[in-house]
Amino acid sequence: MPKQVKQVDRVIIRFAGDSGDGMQLTGDRFTQESAAFGNDLVTLPNFPAEIRAPQGTLPGVSSFQVHFADHDILTAGDAPDVLVAMNPAALKANLSDLPTGAAIIVDTHDFSDRNLTKAGYTANPLASLGDANDQLGDFQVFPVDLTGMTVEAVKEFGLSRKDAARAKNMFALGLLSWMYGRPTETTIDFLARRFAKVEDIRDANITAFKAGWNFGETTETFMVQYEVKPAPMAPGVYRNISGNLALAYGLVAGAVQSGLDIVLGTYPITPASDILHELSKHKSFGVTTFQAEDEIAGIGAAIGASFSGKLGITSTSGPGIALKSEAIGLAVMTELPLVVVDVQRGGPSTGLPTKTEQADLLQAMFGRNGEAPVPIVAPQSPGDCFDAAVEAIRIAVTYRTPVMLLSDGYLANGSEPWRIPEVDDLPRIDPAFATTTNHVVRTNDDGTEETEFWPYLRDEETLARPWAIPGTPGLEHRIGGLEKGDGHGNISYDPANHDLMVRTRQAKVDRIAESLPPLEVDDPSGAAKVLVVGWGSTYGPIGAGVRRVRKAGFNVAQVHLRHLNPFPKDLGDILGRYDKVLVPEMNLGQLALLLRGKYLVDAIGYNHVRGLPLKAAELAEAIGHLVAEAEGIEVDLTTPTPEGAQA
Amino acid sequence: MSTDLGLPVTRSGVEGVPTYDGPPQTGKDFTSDQEVRWCPGCGDYAVLKAVQSFLPQLGLRRENIVFVSGIGCSSRFPYYLDTYGMHSIHGRAPSIATGIATAREDLSVWVVTGDGDALSIGGNHLIHALRRNVNMTILLFNNRIYGLTKGQYSPTSETGKVTKSTPMGSVDHPFNPVSLALGAEASFVARTIDSDRKHLTAVLSAAAAHRGTSLVEIYQNCPIFNDGAFDAIKGNDTKADAIIPLEHGQPIRFGAPDSSGLGQKGLVRDSETGGVKVALVADVGEDAIIVHDVYNPDPTLAFAISRLTDSGYLDQSPIGIFRQVERPTYDDQARAQVTTAREAVSGTPAERLAALIGGGDTWTVM
Repeated sequence: MPKQVKQVDRVIIRFAGDSGDGMQLTGDRFTQESAAFGNDLVTLPNFPAEIRAPQGTLPGVSSFQVHFADHDILTAGDAPDVLVAMNPAALKANLSDLPTGAAIIVDTHDFSDRNLTKAGYTANPLASLGDANDQLGDFQVFPVDLTGMTVEAVKEFGLSRKDAARAKNMFALGLLSWMYGRPTETTIDFLARRFAKVEDIRDANITAFKAGWNFGETTETFMVQYEVKPAPMAPGVYRNISGNLALAYGLVAGAVQSGLDIVLGTYPITPASDILHELSKHKSFGVTTFQAEDEIAGIGAAIGASFSGKLGITSTSGPGIALKSEAIGLAVMTELPLVVVDVQRGGPSTGLPTKTEQADLLQAMFGRNGEAPVPIVAPQSPGDCFDAAVEAIRIAVTYRTPVMLLSDGYLANGSEPWRIPEVDDLPRIDPAFATTTNHVVRTNDDGTEETEFWPYLRDEETLARPWAIPGTPGLEHRIGGLEKGDGHGNISYDPANHDLMVRTRQAKVDRIAESLPPLEVDDPSGAAKVLVVGWGSTYGPIGAGVRRVRKAGFNVAQVHLRHLNPFPKDLGDILGRYDKVLVPEMNLGQLALLLRGKYLVDAIGYNHVRGLPLKAAELAEAIGHLVAEAEGIEVDLTTPTPEGAQA
Repeated sequence: MSTDLGLPVTRSGVEGVPTYDGPPQTGKDFTSDQEVRWCPGCGDYAVLKAVQSFLPQLGLRRENIVFVSGIGCSSRFPYYLDTYGMHSIHGRAPSIATGIATAREDLSVWVVTGDGDALSIGGNHLIHALRRNVNMTILLFNNRIYGLTKGQYSPTSETGKVTKSTPMGSVDHPFNPVSLALGAEASFVARTIDSDRKHLTAVLSAAAAHRGTSLVEIYQNCPIFNDGAFDAIKGNDTKADAIIPLEHGQPIRFGAPDSSGLGQKGLVRDSETGGVKVALVADVGEDAIIVHDVYNPDPTLAFAISRLTDSGYLDQSPIGIFRQVERPTYDDQARAQVTTAREAVSGTPAERLAALIGGGDTWTVM
């Protein structure tokens, strides 16, 4: 019977299995295939903090969701259309996320009594398919012995049964690749490279991958193949990129554009460690990576490097920021360039190490003793981590200040197609090291001047102090954590001077707003009464939620903040133009608090802290309610216009 | 002025730092315009003077010297030197200095710290700096008390110390900084005394010449909160018995001189404990006395000698260089990796950046 080809505009697939089943790799390869095919896509890896939780248990389930489409999409999708479940636990853990009618491809091999018990099943849900008590009756279930077929397919390589079975993820990938017409060359090339040194493993994986594809083509279990056409995208060269990789590249780019060498002082922490791993590969760009004894030593070394004329960077997550607080204060006081990367994760304390959250905003803003203002920059998507990192370096170097770069776990591990920028289009950053004295002590009778170096004399435009680095003759000076006298920079306990210096440090950070472009308000009709304000990785869900509301025929405006401190100069005016301001955040209302405090605006929070991105559909409902309230109309999003489902 | 300790140098600690070739410099050239604000009679004055006088001997350009300190009385030190300097935060100076030393081979990096700064709040950074062997010299001012916070016991105070925070006496066992440093596999460990300028200067000279982390413990008297802590090793009638002098290649002898002019006492191996003990030379014979060897690759004997330091009131302490061995430094190796990686590539940084971000699996949209 010939197979049917069905056109769809977008698909959400979730690969789920045991932590050791290679689901992240499977998802990543499917993503690369889809990227190469030209779909727009967004991914959401989701894995436990434990490296290998007990096999077959619910805590050990690892998953990778990929949303790909023939049009521009913004999120990894709320609910999967297809679940690939490699064992009972993966089925059970993900079932509640599936909408009615979703397809489940399940590896029957591991549905033994023992594994069912481990997953908390009292009866095999696959045994009752089609019965009156079918627990999976709402879904299309495809039970397939993926493991058994894999072992059979790779028999010729003489691997142990365990090693042979490990290729089952590639069999599953092959099957899904067939089902969605993905190109296979990139995966075959990848496997050939990855396992170049172990021939039998390489051949087994490639064989399993091809066997999965062939199984799809020949079996009568799957009679439909789906086609998702390439998405129209702006011209350019693209690659798929994760946030941590883009952020690391952005730091290298900032170093190149400023002519400064990087010294990264850091301590491994989830989900920021990949930045260390990546930067450690780029020594040829003058990057030194220092894996310190603790978080404090990491930032200490970065501060020392900045004092020496390098670009000091430290990378961590929320718990690490807590430990670095005092040192960040030192960088504020000594007014040295420093980039502090916080890849936020669920908190407080150890919290949810592998899950995402945005609850470090107030820590970044205020988490230090004394009045210690620190500029804050936040990327909005994985690819945007590149530009945000360059921007953080621009501010740090230009204004001689520590800068917080607030990424999060979702951006760090999620990925999207990224249009590779032209290096010529990146900003130039001038370190402008001080080379001469800057203060006249006295003018002699003969007209000659006696001069000295004052480390706290400021640039009139930026209020930045001079960056005079060791090795520069005549500019020897001492800095430190004690209060500085205005200009000369010697220790001063003078009350009026302290008041002046506190205000000056704040004014310097406020001055950064002069260098920011106007905000881009997305309000196509110009008639919206509701404004949705976001920051960071909520950009995708907010954009998707806003699209749903608009597609249903209603007006809503959106603005997204890259700069959280200082706020852009026009933010207050923009907030004042709308009747209602909604602030969706993966925290309990931290940006909302800042907006309320600064602009006396009645910002309304939309808050979830589930360790996962906000769901666009739920957010759309919340926006709809507010639109109804603001405009005094009924808002029903359930009957969208034809293009409404595309968000 | 400096004492020749007879130590050969393979690769100097100041190699790579630009040398000074102008008119002769004096301590004044290294003295800043800031008023020194320690208590009258503080041992820090003597150390400051010694350092200011010593720095010109290094023959380095002033602008290529950096002093980093933490928090505490002694950590005000950088303000009084006309070099580059940073008075940082409590305990963190070794980490900041690690960043400086790693970033710049052309700088001579010095850390000034105290017993509280280095051994309490900053203990972790200290041991890791020593382990890594970053090219810097750490001057650990040990007054066995907290001065700046006005008189609490410190991690080197003797057990039973009555202070503001321990009215019934402290119950903590103290650290021996030299033992700690040797345990952390430091490549250069020495101990000297604030009031002995000649010895202090000789040790500073050896420490600066050593490539790697040099730890110099300086016994320093706090006249306000712990006056007299080092009287036994400073008193003219007591110091012969209190100081166990360590000189490379010399038998370790001390105490009142015998007929040969050398100390009546000496250090010998203790077969019972496996350590080192004090014996009368007359009883054991000259041949049994340990000859000090700072280059011994095994730190065991140096550690055993360090255990002869009184942990209570200081009636006895070995003074001098305990250990000085060659070991690759962290910063030299880290820089070498960067250099190697740089030499392996060609093209401008902008070209290489374009290649980096344009790498991986790409596709073109027309």
